[in-house]
Amino acid sequence: MLIDTHAFTPWSALAGGALIGAAAALLVLGSGRIAGISGILGGLLRRREGDLWWRIAFLAGLLLAPNLYGLFLQPPASRLDTDAALIVLAGLLVGIGTRYGAGCTSGHGVCGLARLSPRSLAATLSFMAAGFAATYVLRHLIGV
Amino acid sequence: MPTTIAFLSGLLFSCGLILSGMSDPAKVLAFLDLAGAWDPSLAFVMLGAILVAAPAFALARKRGRSFDQQPINLPPTRNIDARLIGGCLLFGIGWGIAGICPGPALVLVGLGNAKGILFALSMLAGMLIFEYLERRTRQTTC
Repeated sequence: MLIDTHAFTPWSALAGGALIGAAAALLVLGSGRIAGISGILGGLLRRREGDLWWRIAFLAGLLLAPNLYGLFLQPPASRLDTDAALIVLAGLLVGIGTRYGAGCTSGHGVCGLARLSPRSLAATLSFMAAGFAATYVLRHLIGV
Repeated sequence: MPTTIAFLSGLLFSCGLILSGMSDPAKVLAFLDLAGAWDPSLAFVMLGAILVAAPAFALARKRGRSFDQQPINLPPTRNIDARLIGGCLLFGIGWGIAGICPGPALVLVGLGNAKGILFALSMLAGMLIFEYLERRTRQTTC
């Protein structure tokens, strides 16, 4: 294994992670909800009484933050070189997979692990393994 | 009040994703590419998030209610089954292809990134396909 020491940014990663953790802490202590992005978004497609506005407010914060962030700091570049057809395939897989898997990197990987859920640990290990495998196949076997 | 808290939480969450580098798909792929020039940064994102969130979840469980007296909506414990693992494997494959998971997808939309918007629309389509399949299964089993 070869670590790319120039690209490695442990401090901003830790600090950004701490902000994500603080956001999850605020939501669970402040209104008793789990900060899982796929669940919050997917729940909009399944309307229940009194369950709509907090979802919209959270997603609005998520969508507006990049503009606010840009007023104070330069956001890091978002490099996305993947071919458009593969983007569509990836998006479909992420949409279907996170709903059947009942969570994503935030719901299982952050909130689930933080509350020591065995189910979320199994989920996190599964999507991490699949992510490593898919990247390996695409980059080193197919050569996309 | 719950909407204000949710809005602030969304803002914080998004800033965390940007600061940590999660909104840069190439950096995420550099983490997922163990056989390439590996960038371990994203493991630190998860570590930082869990270290801060874990005491909050422990406190939430102990209190049983949130500060605005709402019940804590923790997911009901369910089994580790094929549905969970299968779904997570599909998600992981998608994540490994583009380097984007749901949170960063929405940050890319907020940044006005065209391919990010394409990803987010495809992701929404995937979620609608799930809803359609769920409704169909429920109708046939009832």
